[in-house]
Amino acid sequence: MSKTVITSSGNTLTSKFDKRFGRAEFFCLLDEATGQTSFIANEFKDANHGAGTKAAEFMVEQQVNKIISGDFGPKAKELLEKFDVQMVILQEELTIQAIVDRISKK
Amino acid sequence: MARRISPRKVVAPPSFIGFKPYGVITENTDSVELLYEEYEALKLADYDIMNHQEASKLMGISRPTFARIYESARRKIALALVEAREIKTSYGNAWMEKNWFVCNDCLARFTIPKNITARTCPVCHSFNIALLNV
Ligand SMILES: [Zn+2]
Repeated sequence: MSKTVITSSGNTLTSKFDKRFGRAEFFCLLDEATGQTSFIANEFKDANHGAGTKAAEFMVEQQVNKIISGDFGPKAKELLEKFDVQMVILQEELTIQAIVDRISKK
Repeated sequence: MARRISPRKVVAPPSFIGFKPYGVITENTDSVELLYEEYEALKLADYDIMNHQEASKLMGISRPTFARIYESARRKIALALVEAREIKTSYGNAWMEKNWFVCNDCLARFTIPKNITARTCPVCHSFNIALLNV
């Protein structure tokens, strides 16, 4: 069962990929088996500190297997590594749809 | 269905991409593919002079598995020497702690946690991946 998160600047598939992890606007949840997506607002994005750590903890709680973002802070990295969550870094300007398509094209 | 291969821990990848024979009388264009874990097994046993028990523990695999990988490494090296073939290193089933990979097709950079057995890009599924920090 593969649960993937893509950091997103909005809550639709046409939204731009958000390169921030802890301070991303939304998290796009993708079920790689079915191709279904849903969006959740990032409630930690305005946290004074530790947005990355809080977001990472949330991912672990949600049993996310893979996270696609533009960068991960050292604390988030450490936590995600410990819980065997795969981290993926993309530097391109893409829409969420484009990333989903790339993953779905097996 | 393909058999699930347990990841083999490799402390350090080989410091080269390949080996090439020189002064060859009859050229053999077929190369030998040496996997990282085979390199590691050979190194532990014949360079670090470790016994198979210790070496298998270090690689996180059973002793029989270690023996099989080690044997395969030796045969490949012998084949390369005798038939003057080039040796190319390949990622195989190794995993390294705190290492990042890059996909040569879509340029995604990523980690491979130890619970993932696939050695492919998590975005475009390409097999054309390489270690980032070699
Ligand atoms: Zn790729």
